[in-house]
Amino acid sequence: MSNKNCSRREFIRNLSVTALAGLSLPLLSSCSKEEVEDFLQKHFLQMTDEEKKQVIAKLERRYLEQFGRKFQISTKEALPETLWGYGLELSRCIGCRRCVYACANENNTSRYARQIHWIRVLRLKRGNLINLEDSEHYYTPETVPEKGFIYLPIQCQQCQNPPCVKACPIHATWQEPDGIVVVDYNWCIGCRYCIAACPYKGRVFNWAEPNLPKDEVNPIVHYLGNRPRMKCAVEKCTFCIQRVRQGRYPACVEACPTGSRKFGNLLDPKSEIRYIIERKRVFRLREDLNTESKFYYFFES
Amino acid sequence: MESNQGLLKETWHFYKRTLILVSRGSKIYYAWCFFLLAIIITGLIFYLKQHEMGLIETNMTDQVSWGLYIANFTYLVGMAAAAVLLVIPSYIYQFKPIKEIVVLGELFAASSIVMAILFVMVDLGRLDRVWHMLPFIGSMNFPASLLAWDVLVLNGYLILNLFIPIYLLVKFYYRKEPNWKFILPFILLSIPWAVGIHTVTAFLYNGLAARPFWNASILAPRFLASAFCSGPAIIIIIFQIIRKVSSVHLEDTALYKIAELIAYAMFLNLFLLGAEIFKEYYSGTVHMASFKYLFEGLHHHNALVPWIWSAMAMNVTAFILFLIPATRKRLSTLNIGCILIIIGVWIEKGPGFVIPGFVPDPLGEIYEYVPNLVELMVSFGIWATGFLMFTLLMKVAIPIETGEFSHTEYEKERTYLKHH
Repeated sequence: MSNKNCSRREFIRNLSVTALAGLSLPLLSSCSKEEVEDFLQKHFLQMTDEEKKQVIAKLERRYLEQFGRKFQISTKEALPETLWGYGLELSRCIGCRRCVYACANENNTSRYARQIHWIRVLRLKRGNLINLEDSEHYYTPETVPEKGFIYLPIQCQQCQNPPCVKACPIHATWQEPDGIVVVDYNWCIGCRYCIAACPYKGRVFNWAEPNLPKDEVNPIVHYLGNRPRMKCAVEKCTFCIQRVRQGRYPACVEACPTGSRKFGNLLDPKSEIRYIIERKRVFRLREDLNTESKFYYFFES
Repeated sequence: MESNQGLLKETWHFYKRTLILVSRGSKIYYAWCFFLLAIIITGLIFYLKQHEMGLIETNMTDQVSWGLYIANFTYLVGMAAAAVLLVIPSYIYQFKPIKEIVVLGELFAASSIVMAILFVMVDLGRLDRVWHMLPFIGSMNFPASLLAWDVLVLNGYLILNLFIPIYLLVKFYYRKEPNWKFILPFILLSIPWAVGIHTVTAFLYNGLAARPFWNASILAPRFLASAFCSGPAIIIIIFQIIRKVSSVHLEDTALYKIAELIAYAMFLNLFLLGAEIFKEYYSGTVHMASFKYLFEGLHHHNALVPWIWSAMAMNVTAFILFLIPATRKRLSTLNIGCILIIIGVWIEKGPGFVIPGFVPDPLGEIYEYVPNLVELMVSFGIWATGFLMFTLLMKVAIPIETGEFSHTEYEKERTYLKHH
């Protein structure tokens, strides 16, 4: 009896072993060494310093070949005692979209088929701010501002309680100690659950291989920020992580001709952003969703 | 040593016989299999193009970032759940061919889950990185991400629904009475697990505060109710095919009982939908926009309107057909009802559920999504894969159950008996 049981078990084992062997054969097809390396690349947070160096060296080689430029790829960590916050004065914004294009140039986003922007400027009829259903995303007047309209720029709000991070099934996106939500583009599997989870449309997807002309590339990049991306990975605003960790302003702040955009350290009581929060009437988009966004809109007080 | 060789021989024998079983059949069987194979190959060619170029080959955008693939996925999880839930009534009503129903239900569930998983795979932008999802090897965001939950419960369900029928079939192959004390707990476990996979899939949408259309607690009950309609409807049709092409005997009364069950489930489904529509329309907040897009059209965008109203008509007609005993107990009207439900529920909880979640998008933009040829062909390919898988499984499982295909020893006996 026990013998029979045993042989039955072995019969099942035989069945499964032969089936497995048959299935794994096609997987042993030939791959180049670099493809295997890419395939096995670890999650950024799990790499040792040595592994990070190797990956950076590999990327520098690849970008040199692809764009003919020497890249500086930083992996600089968050500055201590820092939590970045953003301010945007709605009463000054004229809807010129200079921030949109400064962002694209700085952050190496795909230029066409499909064009990717991290900032979206919405045109709203005066008298309305919360219901965005009547907003116009693709307004093209001769000149701005237009009478009877206000403009509402929206980008990733760098939530302190980010729904996208919670949604990601594989930790491909996370919040850095300085509050910036970043993506490991090499870890993202392209499921787009984060896009569904974001109430601000702060995330965009590379539906195809990004189209970034050689002469428009910005070679000063951060690994978790504006380095050139690949097809079918998600991306988003990082408050220009490559700039702000070097003590510079985000590109959109510098580009704004009306000075509507403010940026600073929320933990520093003497920062401009703290001054704004304490003295102006600020509000955050969709506060009812408890996302604890760090993007403060305000009006002249 | 000797017993090992015997086993290898037996394994070889099993494969050989299986191959013979699947490769021999009637003309209709051949036609069906080659028809499915042709669709699978076409779908694969389209998928390879999508894999090469990226998801830009589909009509999805940043506005409507999930489309036909995830719609099919949602529907099929319901199918998979319902097939196993059918095991409960088959116990309660004491259908005679209970072991066939268990094995058929579980294998149908396994095929549906394979289709559901394939739909997620083709929707992934980076299939090469799918190993990042593996527990222990990758970095699963468990328990925070509902998608991580879904991966676990769906794969667990697949394993369960392959393990049970394989155990039973091997027992039958050896002409042994299954050890019910051992396998019954697994069969019973598969029932709450079936509820579990559909609940987790509902929570996947339900948990997103960013999408008011999905952020309704009625979602999980609604999912279960509609699954209890579409799953049994397809099983009624499969039962009729099986009893036509094999020696398995299934009584009409069993089919009528299932149809009665569908009538109750459809009532519940329509009631829950009605409750949701009341809340949205009576309170009339801005969150109603997606409902409006689905049922009336929003700012002259109304791609889904004819679809959802056809679905409503189909579901209500089927409900009436299954409610009246005279039409329920006639095979022609019964089958019409089943087909209406299979299509009606597909529209309602497939495209009619997934797409309005994205329209309008969180910033109020309306992008009208209609799937393109690539998405359609890849979807047909996956459906064909599931049907083919189920057909072949049945081709082997039914002879094992009826005792026509068994261990060498018994086969010798049988041929001996035949000849004398």
